Amino acid sequence: MPPDVLVESAPADRLGIAVLVSVGRHPLTGRTRRADQDARAYELALSIAGACTALLHAGQNDAENELALRGYLGMVGASESGENTAERLVVIEQAIGADVLPALVNALRELTPELVLCGMRAETGEGSGMLPYLLAEWLGWPIVSGVAQVESVSDGVATLLQALPRGQRRRLSVRLPAIVTVDSAAPGARPSAFGPARRGGLAVSAAASMPDEARAEWLTTPARKRPRRLKIITALSARDRFKAAAAKTQGGGGKVLTGVSPEIGAEAIQALLKEEGVLPS
Amino acid sequence: MLEIILPILIFTALVLAIIGAARRVRLWRQGRPSDVGFFSGLTAVPRRYLVDLHCVVERDKYISRTHVATAGGFAVAAPVAIAVHGLGLGSAWLTWPLLAATLCMFVGSLFVALRRRNPPARLSKGPWMRLPKSLVAFSLGVFVVTLPAAGVVPAAIGGWVLAVLLAAVVAWGLAEMFLGMTWGGPMKHAFAGVLHLAFHRRPERFGGGRSTGLKALDLADPQAPLGAGKPADFTWNQLLGFDACVQCGRCEAVCPAFAAGQPLNPKKLIQDMVVGLAGGSDAGYHGSPHPGKPVGEHHGALDEPIIVREGKALVSAETLWSCTTCRACVEECPMMIEHVDAIVDMRRHITLELGVTPRRGVEVIENLIATDNPNGFAPDSRMHWAADLNLPLMADVRDAAVLLWIGDGAFDQRNQRTLRALVRILRAADVDFAVLGNDERDSGDLARRLGDEATFQSLARRNIATLSQYGFGCILTCDPHSLHVLKNEYPELGGSYQVYHHSTYIAELLAEGRMEISPWKGDKVTYHDPCYLGRYNGEYDAPRNVLKALGMELVEMQRSGSRSRCCGGGGGAAIIDIPGKRRIPDMRMDDIRETGVSVVAVGCPQCTAMLEGVVEPRPEVRDIAELVADCLVPSAQKDQSGRKDNAGQPSPAVEILADA
Ligand code: SF4
Ligand code: SF4
Repeated sequence: MPPDVLVESAPADRLGIAVLVSVGRHPLTGRTRRADQDARAYELALSIAGACTALLHAGQNDAENELALRGYLGMVGASESGENTAERLVVIEQAIGADVLPALVNALRELTPELVLCGMRAETGEGSGMLPYLLAEWLGWPIVSGVAQVESVSDGVATLLQALPRGQRRRLSVRLPAIVTVDSAAPGARPSAFGPARRGGLAVSAAASMPDEARAEWLTTPARKRPRRLKIITALSARDRFKAAAAKTQGGGGKVLTGVSPEIGAEAIQALLKEEGVLPS
Repeated sequence: MLEIILPILIFTALVLAIIGAARRVRLWRQGRPSDVGFFSGLTAVPRRYLVDLHCVVERDKYISRTHVATAGGFAVAAPVAIAVHGLGLGSAWLTWPLLAATLCMFVGSLFVALRRRNPPARLSKGPWMRLPKSLVAFSLGVFVVTLPAAGVVPAAIGGWVLAVLLAAVVAWGLAEMFLGMTWGGPMKHAFAGVLHLAFHRRPERFGGGRSTGLKALDLADPQAPLGAGKPADFTWNQLLGFDACVQCGRCEAVCPAFAAGQPLNPKKLIQDMVVGLAGGSDAGYHGSPHPGKPVGEHHGALDEPIIVREGKALVSAETLWSCTTCRACVEECPMMIEHVDAIVDMRRHITLELGVTPRRGVEVIENLIATDNPNGFAPDSRMHWAADLNLPLMADVRDAAVLLWIGDGAFDQRNQRTLRALVRILRAADVDFAVLGNDERDSGDLARRLGDEATFQSLARRNIATLSQYGFGCILTCDPHSLHVLKNEYPELGGSYQVYHHSTYIAELLAEGRMEISPWKGDKVTYHDPCYLGRYNGEYDAPRNVLKALGMELVEMQRSGSRSRCCGGGGGAAIIDIPGKRRIPDMRMDDIRETGVSVVAVGCPQCTAMLEGVVEPRPEVRDIAELVADCLVPSAQKDQSGRKDNAGQPSPAVEILADA
């Protein structure tokens, strides 16, 4: 980070949270917007009493992005005091095609938050969902994915509820600092209000851009709809059809491997992918 | 002795009244500026009062006559009494008219008292119950003290006991009439009312005009408040307007939300604003409350927040979200107060500043932003309903006599039947029309009424830009909400068009004999006036003429025309759906059932949806277009696909399907 530090670390008595936000894309029309999961991550941050939240975005700084990012600044409703809404959003400016990882790592080292919240994956760009893992690796922090609620934070340990399929929840405790990703099981984000979004502070901080060389070599094409495997239900009555539709999917052919070496695990996965025709056999 | 007491009383009352008036004016001026003509407004008052206002009051004959006698008597008596008893002018040219005026006022007062003996629920009690007595005190008191001055009785009659008694009665009358006028008594309505008429925010409403479009927020100015978050955010003439309310409760009596037991009483809402203006709590209110909300718990001040969030403030958000924006209250208000403007101003603050729009409202707004339609359908599926109709697209023809505006009903299977019927009619009458197809967007009606002015303006500006690319004589739509917005609200943003509702257009086609009609064979029908066609656009006759031209026997509901009851679907109220004791469409269906018909004709997709949502058995709900299409003589119907019109050309509808 350059000397002009735009995000100040949280005061000692308050929990420092950094929420990483990205520019989203509406699935039907492709219009830019605040990304749904990132907005949920910010919503989660707002639900933690006594926190001091910073909003960070690494990417291009143009008018269209700004409009979308301001969507996060408009999230003020619900509480009258609004004490832990972020004062501003910091855009760490990056060139097109840059790998935002180093810039984010630098910013987070500078900011020293105790908790980093973000969505599971971005709605634009690669959207591989790798970023939080790479950040965790670079920073050497633990990562928890798919969190639906932060129950409490005390003495450097956060108690989290992780969302599992079919509405199940798992309570975890994690040593801070940590990276926590949020998916659609977390509570929906509050609406973004036009006035605060327009007035909200947006600070741009210049940072070196590292071109993403690997990605520059890739060829990208629009996604095609993949055929979905139909679940064939031969039920005679409406009741049977309903039961079949509501039933848990039976992982009939699946295997649970525990306590095996990574190599054996990888082989098992490879074998499955070949069987399914995903990899050439 | 009276000669000494009376001038003192009169001038004390006058001076105090003037001080009160100055204070009140200062309160109003705390509001934001508004550009209304000062002198033009003041000079227009007599006409606005005697013609426009009287026209509304006249709907209740009893009170209109009573008011003419009482107010007319007072208007003459007050200045003359000041001259006679204050300045001591004793000419018979003054005293006799004063006797006549006070007598007239006295008679009026007796009728006021009679109405108050068993007052209907819509009237406020409290100080208003005292008013007839005060009126009697003033008129009778001044009458009696004028008798000696007119030489009817000797001056020295009575003695000091009587004199003191009379002075007390006159003092009471003066206090109510002069002080009450400016210090917040029931007579305040006269003082504020006159000025409200002068500086009304919609001067176009006077002289038989109509002004119903909401006024745009200035979004370019980041300093301008986005709606009304505190009473001082209203314009000063809005504050003045609230102060003019006489608490007659006519708005309460017609409000569909109030009748349904939702927490909204327009009269109370206006009084809440008066509380906000003057500061204090609503404990001094003596009328019906917002259903389910006890009186006395809310308070406010000019610079305090209006919306209740944590704790208590002036108005609960549910109150504001219950309104269907049907304008029945505005239509009925004898003081011509603009309830809907105020409600939308407060909703704007909720949505644009606080961001606490109820959940379903937020979904709709987010869909409008992302997909240009309230339900989040893919914008390129907008014309699927017409896949087989080969509708000419504006983008291809560039120019057409009629631009058919489809509206969001395009995505709704029920309304698609209406749309298809309308297309059949247009083809039968050989109308040269075209559609925007996928380039059309929601008109912005819903966003605007949910308080999201930003999304409204964004949609409106993009629609105006699209429309500006093509040549057309007029816009035709079967959705009164689109009609209203395109016709009355786009001009302020730079798009002025001639817009027709389909009933108006079909009435013209029928009058010109453009289609062959076989008379209707069914039962009697009734017609439900959509608020946005009737009260918003003044179209009451065309739909009825169409039905009559079809040979239908029309039975009117008790509440029809300008007094029609809303279906409950407007203003986003159906989306937010604040619970009440009953549902508004059920009540409207009861009105319909009362007429004993088996078919109700409607002219609005919202009304259709709301009324069809009422459980069976109930009369059938048919759009006017469907009824007309049913009566078309088959030979007059052209080939449904319209293929002969553009044979040989690639058909645009097929292209749309191919992309989807
Ligand atoms: S707002 Fe108008 S209709 Fe309603 S009580 Fe006041 S004066 Fe009467
Ligand atoms: S517009 Fe209609 S629903 Fe709203 S307050 Fe007036 S009468 Fe009631």
